Amino acid sequence: MLTRRGVLTAAAFSTVLGLGLPALAQSTIKIGEMNSYKVFPAFLDPYKKGWELAVEEVNAAGGVLGKKIEIVSRDDNGTPGDAVRVAEELVSRENVVLLVGTFPSNVGLAVADFAKQKKILFIAAEPLTDKIVWEAGNKYTFRLRASTYMQTAMLVPEAAKLKKKRWAIVYPNYEYGQAATAAFKKLIKEQQPDVEFVVEQAVPLNKIEAGPVVQAIADAKPDAIFSSLFAADLAKFVREGNTRGLFKDMAVFNILGGEPEYLDPLKDETPSGWYVTGYPWDQIKTPEHTKFKDAYMKKYNDYPRLGSIVGYSSVMSAVAAIRKANSTDTEKMVAAMKGLTHSTPFGDITYRALDHQSTMGAYVGRLAQKDGKGVMVDWTYADGAKFLPSDADVKKMRPAD
Amino acid sequence: MSAVLAVQDLRKAFGGVQAVAGVSFAIAAGELLALIGPNGAGKTTCFNLVNGQLDADAGEVQLLGRRITGLPPRKIWGLGVGRTFQITATFASMSVRENVQMALLSHHKRLRAVFARAGDLYAAEALALLEKVGMANQAERRCSVLAYGDLKRVELAVALANSPRLLLMDEPTAGMAPEERKELMELTARLAKGDSMAVLFTEHDMDVVFTHADRIVVLDRGKIIAQGAPADVRADPRVQRVYLGGQSARTR
Amino acid sequence: MTFSSIVLQFINGLAGTSSLFLVAAGLSLIFGVTRIVNFAHGSFYMLGLYVAYSAIGFFGTTILGFWGGIVAAALVIGVLGAVIEILVLRRIYQAPELFQLLATFAVVLVIKDAALGIWGPEDLLGPRAPGLRDAVTILGGNVPQYDLALIVIGPLVLAALWLLLNRTRFGILIRAATQDREMVAALGVNQKHLFTAVFFLGSLLAGLGGAVQIPREPAQLFLDIAVIADAFVVVVVGGLGSIPGAFLAAFIISVVKAFCIGIGDVTILGFDVSFSKLTLVVEFVIMAIVLVVRPWGLLGRPQGQQRGAGMLSQPLPQIGRRFLLIAGSIVVLLALLPALGDRYLLVLLIDILIFALFAASLHFLIGPAGMVSFGHAAYFGLGAYGAALLLKQAGLPMELALLLAPLVAGAGALLFGWFAVRLSGVYLAMLTLAFAQIVWSIAFQWDAFTGGSNGMVGIWPAEWLSSRTVFFYLTLIVCLGAVAGLWRILYSPFGYAMRAGRDSPLRAEAIGIDVRSVQWFAFAIAGLFAGIAGALFAFSKGSISPDLLGIPRSVDALVMVLLGGVQTLVGPVVGAAIFTWLQDEIARATEYWRAILGLVILLLVIAFPQGIAGFAGRLLARRRSAQS
Repeated sequence: MLTRRGVLTAAAFSTVLGLGLPALAQSTIKIGEMNSYKVFPAFLDPYKKGWELAVEEVNAAGGVLGKKIEIVSRDDNGTPGDAVRVAEELVSRENVVLLVGTFPSNVGLAVADFAKQKKILFIAAEPLTDKIVWEAGNKYTFRLRASTYMQTAMLVPEAAKLKKKRWAIVYPNYEYGQAATAAFKKLIKEQQPDVEFVVEQAVPLNKIEAGPVVQAIADAKPDAIFSSLFAADLAKFVREGNTRGLFKDMAVFNILGGEPEYLDPLKDETPSGWYVTGYPWDQIKTPEHTKFKDAYMKKYNDYPRLGSIVGYSSVMSAVAAIRKANSTDTEKMVAAMKGLTHSTPFGDITYRALDHQSTMGAYVGRLAQKDGKGVMVDWTYADGAKFLPSDADVKKMRPAD
Repeated sequence: MSAVLAVQDLRKAFGGVQAVAGVSFAIAAGELLALIGPNGAGKTTCFNLVNGQLDADAGEVQLLGRRITGLPPRKIWGLGVGRTFQITATFASMSVRENVQMALLSHHKRLRAVFARAGDLYAAEALALLEKVGMANQAERRCSVLAYGDLKRVELAVALANSPRLLLMDEPTAGMAPEERKELMELTARLAKGDSMAVLFTEHDMDVVFTHADRIVVLDRGKIIAQGAPADVRADPRVQRVYLGGQSARTR
Repeated sequence: MTFSSIVLQFINGLAGTSSLFLVAAGLSLIFGVTRIVNFAHGSFYMLGLYVAYSAIGFFGTTILGFWGGIVAAALVIGVLGAVIEILVLRRIYQAPELFQLLATFAVVLVIKDAALGIWGPEDLLGPRAPGLRDAVTILGGNVPQYDLALIVIGPLVLAALWLLLNRTRFGILIRAATQDREMVAALGVNQKHLFTAVFFLGSLLAGLGGAVQIPREPAQLFLDIAVIADAFVVVVVGGLGSIPGAFLAAFIISVVKAFCIGIGDVTILGFDVSFSKLTLVVEFVIMAIVLVVRPWGLLGRPQGQQRGAGMLSQPLPQIGRRFLLIAGSIVVLLALLPALGDRYLLVLLIDILIFALFAASLHFLIGPAGMVSFGHAAYFGLGAYGAALLLKQAGLPMELALLLAPLVAGAGALLFGWFAVRLSGVYLAMLTLAFAQIVWSIAFQWDAFTGGSNGMVGIWPAEWLSSRTVFFYLTLIVCLGAVAGLWRILYSPFGYAMRAGRDSPLRAEAIGIDVRSVQWFAFAIAGLFAGIAGALFAFSKGSISPDLLGIPRSVDALVMVLLGGVQTLVGPVVGAAIFTWLQDEIARATEYWRAILGLVILLLVIAFPQGIAGFAGRLLARRRSAQS
């Protein structure tokens, strides 16, 4: 006899075994999301809030294709191996129609390759690596954020204007920092062939020895510094540099330095005058942004960080793709993603058909202190579309689909 | 008859202390030679120089006419030298039989085999050796549960596994009851005579030494002060001074 | 480098010494007395920073508030350490050596999530030290005043510890216990109190090490892992249990790092050498060199022969009909699973099978061979990288790459094993860790060949193996076959020789066994089999990256072995299955999955101090003896 308790036990048992019950006819469209929540919580906590807000808004507006959307979110533990496993789980057990997310470059690249192999659409939200759309680009992978190359390129015009000859470079020693350094050297040399790189410091991620690094840079007597440090490394570098007077009369350029995730911890330590890319959330007055910001602050009683924008926009991209494709068929969605334009808090962005890179930009400006907090001043929005290599160069790098 | 073991002018110093200062002796096949002396006389050092645990500063150890000085213990074993330890050393995770099998596997150079089943190899030979020392009935017990005297006999069986020409026994009867001592030494003597094997042993118990040794070497402060048959050694005044009087030899 | 920059970098190195020394000294004390490999020590350091941040915020940024906050933080962490010792570790002192490591690993997980819950995800940069905010000019360079304070604090603590250890009864007990635990117990000292006190003191030092960093680095959630490896390196380089050794090692490592940074990029014999990049791994290179030259560290004493932490005197279980029957049915059941049509279940099982083989290969080393490895991921990763490189760089077909890749791992193990088997105990374990980190850093840096930090993608199986079902069968056959092969070796003469060398090296040598070469060969076999697991893993994921070689993966393998039970053969397999499944299940169910996972492991540790399989084995044995 089948008792109620028996059924419950069986259900519990099958869940425990991970067998799951056969999927019911789906009334929602499931989007698979994965990220390294526990490894990079400072960025990904606001990121999660961002996509939760997006889901709420989309569903309040009636969803897409007449169905509500549902995000199935997983922690990928920051490793490619786990990421590919949860991707498989999302695809084969949860039957998600597409994948979004990932943070570190190696995880993003692994999932991108998985998407190619399994023929599923993947919108890489956060990874900055240029390779994900260029050297390792593939038909099924699109990327939302402005890449390392783009963010570097956004700072180069200002850097070239200063006509500084002796540059010091400091970067976290992994692909992101290496790529930023390479891009900066290449781009600044194009503008200013006589430039000299007097010292390069590659610091282990999260383990900068700030004192010795600042000392070594000071010893090289540079006119300017280009840095791609972020998070704890940036904070340590800034404090040490301030104490030792390294930044006095020094032009410093730091990509990502103006993102609230990395700027806010600096508080009264914020170095004035640095040129950064970032997100001056409290000063942007465009209607798209104001609407987003108000909704966000109302829901969470907290201000948005850049991660919030990324989380929000990546879900909006997915929804726009489904709407444009008018289907959740992968090939149709991939076709729809090519050239897809939709609105984000940063304004309209377009996923380029050429390389699947979105034109989402970043705010370029300078750091300053206000009431013991770091803020961005003199900023402008740098449209991503303007900071990409020529189409011919991109074609050379990117393998054919 | 040529000597199985010949020790020539062996020397070893630790720091500034000359632990063994020019020791020479020899043992013939079938002979039981006891190495004795008061604490600190250098007998353990001497013993460890012979078995390869220590490197000599000078001098030579010959086994069947071949120089073995400076060889590691495992090489010396390969040339036909079996050993037992003062504090028994057996493989605690193995049965008595397996302990003996280990030695047999090593003797037959089968240790590199990774596919054969060790338990099936040389089981009969192992039992035969255990039979010799009277331990066959405990072959399947684990070494970790054996009585001390029984462990000593297992060690003896292990030491016999490569049909040694020379047996080195460090304090073979330490920690045993008097009756057990007698049995073990009689067994050793029987095996030595039967297989014409030379035996070198150190020992504290003078009863054991004078009852079972064919010859005795007495060390004091790194030097041999007497050697010969038990009766001669017993009568030697220097030995008596060292062991009985104490005073004259110990003090300056 | 100019004279002034040499002096300044030397001062920087000195300033770095203090914090590193404090955290390492605490670890050294705890390890010396309790023999616990305390992974949670880095977490105590991290908490030291967080608590100091809050405490100074509470007391206010006055001189008294600042230093009071630091002392308060250290005390809080000391008490926390003592509480963990009383609540958790005290219950499992009777468990096999190394098992406590598992509990401390669980504590790391819990503390990390607790810190996230309490202080939030954002990095917290603390205030500058009042009165020591600025820099002083030395030889034209600016040195923070606080750095000079740190340079004083380190030697002060060293002196205080020296006095404590040499001039007090408590200190004498600690030193005696470091040398001979049983003797102290025999002297009638209350061991419980001694251990708790040592945990208090050690944790306090870790907390202090973190707290004094407040003006120099933000409190952040990465610190636990970043610090624990460094602390172990310092302890081992200095010599276990030697506090002055820890100071010397901290000094050497800090100064060498500062000079690597100071020297920067130079051209040597026509090669561009980047010393700043070397900071990625320099402490491990130093450790490898020190251990090869001085196997017991700089100021440590040569240890007596250490026993392996593993099976101790456990006999090999007899594989009887009943075992074969159960194992056979499980295999049949597994083989039938694809019929269920749940593709993800197969994916999860592929992971489990691969980790089971990986754990079994580590168990082969830890248990029967008596050698603990903290760097077993090196061989897993070498297998994976071997597969990827053979496929991508050498252009071999996938099948051949899979077949040959384990040889890469085996060759690596042969090379590193030659050095490793010359050591024993924790020194051996740390040398394996050093080698693993060196391999990791090479894979991480060598962009052109290994893909650098990104790794390589497109490592997919051949067409005929690409379906999940087929790949599952491949994995099932290879992994079970390999595990069976490892077990088979244990029952062979060679396997017996391994145990002989572990049980009594003295006796083994005396019957002609070349213990070192047996260990060396065992090390290579374990590496080879880990490489099989790694190669399969690469093809199952389609990509590889340096994390496969990293410390967390080595730790995972250790956790699996210990969780399952090191004294049984099936332990590692059970441990791998449970750990992988738990992580997958809990990570999906809750945001705070790490804390939950940690708590589950803690419960398992306290409930089954023999490991899960060990417990089941005992239960079976008890039932059997009750029946007969």
